Amino acid sequence: MAEIIVVTSGKGGVGKTTSSAAIGTGLALKGFKTVLIDFDVGLRNLDLIMGCERRVVYDFVNVINKEATLNQALIRDKRTENLYILPASQTRDKDALSVEGVEAVLNELAESFDYIVCDSPAGIEKGAQLALYFADTAIVVTNPEVSSVRDSDRILGVLQSKSRKAEQGESVKEHLLLTRYNPNRVEAGEMLSVDDVKEILAIPLLGVIPESEAVLKASNQGVPVILDADSDAGQAYDDAIARFLGEDREHRFLNVERKGFLSRVFGRKG
Amino acid sequence: MGILSYFRPKKQTSASVAKERLQVLVAYERTQRSQPEYLPQMQQEILAVIAKYVDVSTDDVQINLDEDCSILELNVTLPEKS
Repeated sequence: MAEIIVVTSGKGGVGKTTSSAAIGTGLALKGFKTVLIDFDVGLRNLDLIMGCERRVVYDFVNVINKEATLNQALIRDKRTENLYILPASQTRDKDALSVEGVEAVLNELAESFDYIVCDSPAGIEKGAQLALYFADTAIVVTNPEVSSVRDSDRILGVLQSKSRKAEQGESVKEHLLLTRYNPNRVEAGEMLSVDDVKEILAIPLLGVIPESEAVLKASNQGVPVILDADSDAGQAYDDAIARFLGEDREHRFLNVERKGFLSRVFGRKG
Repeated sequence: MGILSYFRPKKQTSASVAKERLQVLVAYERTQRSQPEYLPQMQQEILAVIAKYVDVSTDDVQINLDEDCSILELNVTLPEKS
């Protein structure tokens, strides 16, 4: 039976799609058959981040409307084995999704996949609600910034009241993924610390992804940042996946890196 | 940092201001969403009845329902006798 993971945040632009791409790729790298679904109908971008934008023929809405089979719409990732992408429709709007339609597609996927990763659109409207409705697990992507933390708390409220698990009297498993973290600014008292955010949201911490040049570089090239194994962000996502799968890994990139004399003189970038 | 910081007055960082604001806001919003949907309407209707007899405003009434809905607490601050 597949585990359904929703990557959500409420607020836009905090790193949901970047994180979905990294998480899906990370799970597939560990040998799990994984499918990434873009729920952002009308504003799809997961295909672009995964570098498969030119291979999109059919999409999620086509499958729901039975205009294409699941096998026709699924895009097999060329870099990572076990990884598939189901793109969102670019021409429809969110009303093209229905609870029954989404459920039918998820049920069919659950027969052959280990993990189904749902990349939620921003907001708390229909698209976001459908993305999280069937979830077993939620990864709440948050920036250390007031509006993002507030919206994350709001989306946690939606998970606790409007998900299928909640309706059945169970609860969706919640994880916090703090992204765009800048230890320098935290030390200077200019940014909420990881402990501050943990204290306010009161959910378990899955990982902290540092603000990193590698993220833009990866999206420029259409390569999930987790595949950039030399980068800080790539390593932080790798740690997060290991923790997700039950491994006990210490959090890294939380403190300011003290530069050595030479690198300070020559301004070498890490 | 270092010795000099002992002589400087302690200034609140912007991050700690952010944290305080969030704690207040999030606590408030959580109580809002944990209340049953009928509560705001009931609050208004009760207030309308009280307002018929006493001069009170919305801010003077607080209604709390505890978790399992077994105790309804109604607080009305009546205007001071003049």
